[in-house]
Amino acid sequence: MLKNVGIAGFGAYIPANRLPIREVAEFWGKDPQDVERSLGVIEKAIPDADEDAVTMAVEAGLNALKMAKISPEALEAIYIGSESHPYAVNPSATIVGEALGVGRNYLAADLEFACKAATAGMENLAGLLEADLINYGLVIGSDAAQAKPHDALEYTAGAGAAAFILSRKKEDFLVQILDFTSYSSDTPDFWRRDGVPYPSHQGRFSGKPAFFAHVIGAAKKLLEKNKMKPTDFSYCVFHMPNGKFPVEVASNLGFEKEQLEPGLVVNKIGNPYSASSLLGLCAVLEIAKPRELIFLTSYGSGAGADSFILKTTKILTTARKRVLGIKEYLNDRREISYSKYLRLTNKI
Amino acid sequence: MKIEVLGVGTTKFGELWEVSPRTLVKEAVSEALSDANLKLANIEALYVGNMLSGILGGQENLGALFAEELGLFVPAFKIEGACASGGLAVHNAINSILAGVYKTVLVVGVEKMTDYNPGEVVSALMGAGHDEERLAGMTFPGLYAMLARSYMEKYGTTERDLAVVAVKNHHHATLNSKAQFQFEVSVDQVLKSPLVADPLRLLDCSPISDGASAMILGSERQERSKTRKTVWITASSVATDSLGLVGRKDLTSLASAVEAARKAYKMAGVNPQDIDVAEVHDCFSIAEVIACEDLGFFPKGEAAGAIAKGKTTLGQGRLIINPSGGLKACGHPVGATGVKQIVEITTQLRGEEGLRQVKGAKIGLTHNVGGSGAVAVIHVLKNE
Repeated sequence: MLKNVGIAGFGAYIPANRLPIREVAEFWGKDPQDVERSLGVIEKAIPDADEDAVTMAVEAGLNALKMAKISPEALEAIYIGSESHPYAVNPSATIVGEALGVGRNYLAADLEFACKAATAGMENLAGLLEADLINYGLVIGSDAAQAKPHDALEYTAGAGAAAFILSRKKEDFLVQILDFTSYSSDTPDFWRRDGVPYPSHQGRFSGKPAFFAHVIGAAKKLLEKNKMKPTDFSYCVFHMPNGKFPVEVASNLGFEKEQLEPGLVVNKIGNPYSASSLLGLCAVLEIAKPRELIFLTSYGSGAGADSFILKTTKILTTARKRVLGIKEYLNDRREISYSKYLRLTNKI
Repeated sequence: MKIEVLGVGTTKFGELWEVSPRTLVKEAVSEALSDANLKLANIEALYVGNMLSGILGGQENLGALFAEELGLFVPAFKIEGACASGGLAVHNAINSILAGVYKTVLVVGVEKMTDYNPGEVVSALMGAGHDEERLAGMTFPGLYAMLARSYMEKYGTTERDLAVVAVKNHHHATLNSKAQFQFEVSVDQVLKSPLVADPLRLLDCSPISDGASAMILGSERQERSKTRKTVWITASSVATDSLGLVGRKDLTSLASAVEAARKAYKMAGVNPQDIDVAEVHDCFSIAEVIACEDLGFFPKGEAAGAIAKGKTTLGQGRLIINPSGGLKACGHPVGATGVKQIVEITTQLRGEEGLRQVKGAKIGLTHNVGGSGAVAVIHVLKNE
């Protein structure tokens, strides 16, 4: 159990371009309704020509700072979790730190663990805060997800960012992080080698032995450790590689549809990898009432899952009004064609 | 000819990610040895049926590999003939016994397919096709779709007529604990499943599978078991035809299967009407319809109707086809299939199949096809 870690501010960012899944399906001669139904995704968010994982991280970071009402220089650590860091060597975290005006006295590090790098960063920050080594830290999950044309991933690989400022001061807490746990193994279901533009994956293998085994492994361990059960929570959020996996895993663990649905944003934005479960958390935090419990589990291929128990406080409802939320970003949309998508993602 | 099936074994078929080919083979062989009440030391030669280990896994030399894995340093051979690899391995093992070279031979069929992505598997399987078909971008679903179209055109058969094959085989698989798909499907589910190659839909197609099957064959001079029926292989025949569909005179029948069946019936001294139970190569629904006619079970153009009437369904018909669930529902690890078919017929003829037992089965047949009919292997078995 943690005593001194909470979320002081959070911010989302979703690029306005939306590629309808039917565009992709029609282009490849698939039945659009079949694809939409089987994946549970209608459209996905795509970065514009001048956007990447770093610019989206900055947008989300600015929102988080505005909500937390702290000076950027108060941040003593920045972790950026992504699998689409613009540079193989050269940190995203320092570019983001510079753009946010964090100054010079901070720890900067990039993290990569497929879709769960940012929750790994959250656990790292929690350690620094609980040990009283820093007062504030920022973690951002941001991805402009890559998918090879005609790969199944093309229907879901999306874009977006979610930023969280973690604090050790109780008066700052919009949400308290009560506990977390992780579950990891060498399970190569999805990977991208250095210098290769698109990830590879093992199709159906990314389901049962990968996503389900790890998400259930982490979730059950955390629930058992805290002697809690799914009915204790108002909401649950899981990583959303598509619209089916989170629904199936939630039901498998014993959560109800009503607990899951508020955070199920995948149908409108696709899977923005490191930002996926955290954008789901943002959506829940925009409607949650004070003193509600939230269960969050991320998943990263390769593979691992991080599970968290979170509890909202009474100052959440006023703080969240200070910034644009998921709802606004979802409404700010322009449809693009498949050919425009190819150009924007540098495929042609 | 008379070759005794001394013992049989098979692993579960399916998506067996956690099991290696070595483990699959050891499991099937150990089951066959204990079924035969024999020891490894009794085995004089090993025949391995496999198609894709080289192209998918980069591993050839399977004879030596599995001989070492089993701790059995005897003459060992890999036999490849596309999806008929298993049947061909059995045929070669039988010939070695008939030639008097060996008395007791182990046959293994094995395939590991689900570790690779479907695109890789589809293109590897096309290794069984004609080079010009490959160049034109054909796949096996595409080739069998052409057979289906020709058949439907000639006999007025509909997609609904073909769907009954999948429905029956899924029903049989619910009674087989080793089957990949142990659930029922309805005609409507088949007709609503996604199109793979028009007119064949997902549920008209056999799956990509992992699995291994094994059997121990012996010459007539072996000591008999007194506790159960002895099963004999009374015919083993092979025929070939053009590699590609372009070389065929007729696209509504596989000439290789017709010829192999003619030879097998003659060798065994039986007629199609004598067969009580058969495992046929239903890689696609259309393939079972054509097989039933090529084997002389039904007149041309009438097999689909007969299958729909339940004439080949357990508990309803007289001649039961694919009691294991067939390739469609038991699964199709290509190198294992031809061996598994004989394993199934053996246990049927011994009367050991419990819920899916074909009552009073005395004579059985297996029909194993490679490519789109380039090779066919037929075995006839009987009990005593």
